Amino acid sequence: MKYVDEFRDPALISNAAAEIRRLSDPRRAYRFMEVCGGHTHAIYRFGLKDFLPENIELVHGPGCPVCVLPMGRIDDALTMTSDPSVIFTAFGDMMRVPGAQGSPLAWKARGSDIRIVYSPADALKLAEKNPDRHVVFFAIGFETTAPSTALTLLRARARGITNFSVFSNHVTIIPAIRAILDSPDMRIDAFLGPGHVSTVIGCRPYEWIARNERRPIVVSGFEPLDILQTIVMLLRQMKDGESKVENQYARVVPWEGNRAALKAMAEVFNLRPYFEWRGMGFISQSALGLRETFAGWDAERRFSIPGVRVTDPKAAQCGEVLKGVLKPAQCKLFGKECTPERPVGALMVSSEGSCAAYYNYEHRKVLAQIEPAAAVRAIA
Amino acid sequence: MSIPFPARSRFLDPQIEMAHGAGGKASRRLVEDLIAPLLLGDSSGPLADAAQVQIGPASVAFTADSFVVHPLRFPGGSIGDLAVNGTANDLAVSGARPHALVVTLIVEAGLPSRELEAEIRAIAQAAARAGVIIAGGDTKVVEHGKADRLYITTAGIGRPLPGAHLSPSRVQPGDKILLSGPIGDHGTTILLARGELDLEADLSSDTRCVFPMVEALLNAAGPCVRWMRDPTRGGVATSLNELARDAHVGILIEEDAVPIRDTVRGACELLGLDPLHIANEGQFLAVVAPDRAQAALEALHQTQGGELAAIIGEVSQQPRATVLSKAAFGGTRVLDMLVGDPLPRIC
Repeated sequence: MKYVDEFRDPALISNAAAEIRRLSDPRRAYRFMEVCGGHTHAIYRFGLKDFLPENIELVHGPGCPVCVLPMGRIDDALTMTSDPSVIFTAFGDMMRVPGAQGSPLAWKARGSDIRIVYSPADALKLAEKNPDRHVVFFAIGFETTAPSTALTLLRARARGITNFSVFSNHVTIIPAIRAILDSPDMRIDAFLGPGHVSTVIGCRPYEWIARNERRPIVVSGFEPLDILQTIVMLLRQMKDGESKVENQYARVVPWEGNRAALKAMAEVFNLRPYFEWRGMGFISQSALGLRETFAGWDAERRFSIPGVRVTDPKAAQCGEVLKGVLKPAQCKLFGKECTPERPVGALMVSSEGSCAAYYNYEHRKVLAQIEPAAAVRAIA
Repeated sequence: MSIPFPARSRFLDPQIEMAHGAGGKASRRLVEDLIAPLLLGDSSGPLADAAQVQIGPASVAFTADSFVVHPLRFPGGSIGDLAVNGTANDLAVSGARPHALVVTLIVEAGLPSRELEAEIRAIAQAAARAGVIIAGGDTKVVEHGKADRLYITTAGIGRPLPGAHLSPSRVQPGDKILLSGPIGDHGTTILLARGELDLEADLSSDTRCVFPMVEALLNAAGPCVRWMRDPTRGGVATSLNELARDAHVGILIEEDAVPIRDTVRGACELLGLDPLHIANEGQFLAVVAPDRAQAALEALHQTQGGELAAIIGEVSQQPRATVLSKAAFGGTRVLDMLVGDPLPRIC
């Protein structure tokens, strides 16, 4: 497959792995955070830890939109489905995320009209096809998905489609990285910068991380070779005593970002004063709400939202895992009460969640190598 | 009745959801924890694609399958083809020659007669191709809106082939895993045929009766064929996980050895799906003793539909009950059963 196989080439990958070993100093430990959930998934999916020396640790960051959404927002969203005129639409990723009253999938099984869409434009099409119904789109995601929500709203306004609204849960990546760096229990040496988000925002917004925080950051692609090359670039900076922003993913990410996308976002959204992040608490100016000019398309204004606040199950340590303080398997519920099939926390649901990625691709591998008998028990 | 029925069901899921029908983990739980214990008793053992029933001196393979695919017609086939081939294949991979089917139709009022006629014709033609008799059936009609156009159930019987001794308990470390051809064609075709994605690809379902391939394999390797299954819902990954659990073995597959068409790989890459979890309707997996694996593979290559057959991996002692997948560049990952339901109503 073109543009994919080149980045999974065995010879190139083994070169990159050798370069990583050559550049890393065996006398010290490295902690690199991959900010984006897409990277977390790729690291496990491709077994990339097999190529890294023991002293390089990859810490999973907060860049999984499903994972950072507080449970109360899911309950808020699902209350809208009790109105029989509503068709509620969401990305497939959201369907199994548990709210206090069950996941969207459970509500759907009980009769709520909840449908999976692949883009907000599909939700708008659904509204056009069903003029006697009201279609709500459950918008989630970082700057990666926010532009498509914005363009859909601009289109809805241009076409005068009024039976459509958006429940916005869009968040922005920079405040989350800042919260991580400000957190006293965090020690991160360098960052693998998010790839998809950067196609929109470009590389400039990361400059303070390099300049003020003195941490190298390299914006990275998602194929095995991309990620290994990014680690090579981070190690080179550290070896040379530098900290700068570099772009490994230049074939996709323009340094200045996507101006058209940023313009559409600015027209539709404004920054909320604060927003709750799961496991990280309230972070100021970290989320996008709809501007007053789009009030008619804002589900939060059109429906009475209870504003549910639900605390996560006590034993679940999603917050610590989300911030990279704990590894997935160190959570008390991991693999016992909480599995991809019966998730307690969202990190176990999304394919980008570090718990699901770890459970699906790595967990049993590790168990099997330590003690095969225990591995069998864990599976049974 | 002498079967020891459990007083309480182990099945704790509060309600049935789509995932229980997706062929993955939830389906297995539903069958193993609720249905099998109450109907077959607690000690029913691993469940096969078809049951072996003894009637006097005669041994008969017996199975049933239901089809709720949406849309009814898709490139390469239709619900009528699936209804015949699906049940015939369950018999075939149990080591039996499909003999006769009965066909039950559940029709939604309002279905155009022409569409029903097209499916009846598809059933007749698929049966003729597969060499099975349609021995009878039943038809029910439900109110408009109470079903989605047409559902079909087929039950089938077959004659076990004399040389076939298939069971997970015969699978040994060192055995080779054969796959009859490229995977993911059926599931990906259905997904694209629904027209919900703005994607087009030149792809068609692989629905076919696999008995000629199974027969060629058994002729070439006889009792060295230890186990077979057609990886329908849940895909190759789910079937191999079931084998690893039922046979208490490990399985290692070489990801690059698995035949997958570029169009299927591309569509799955775009949609974030794993081709190893996608449903197939005309392929099967076989475990063959190492010394006969090459002969078995060559025999498959001579059959129609088996041209791209490949040895994709082997059985290991450890890690038990686990399937590992190794990429060409060297990374290893655990390959789990399908969880959830990415593609509902695929067959």
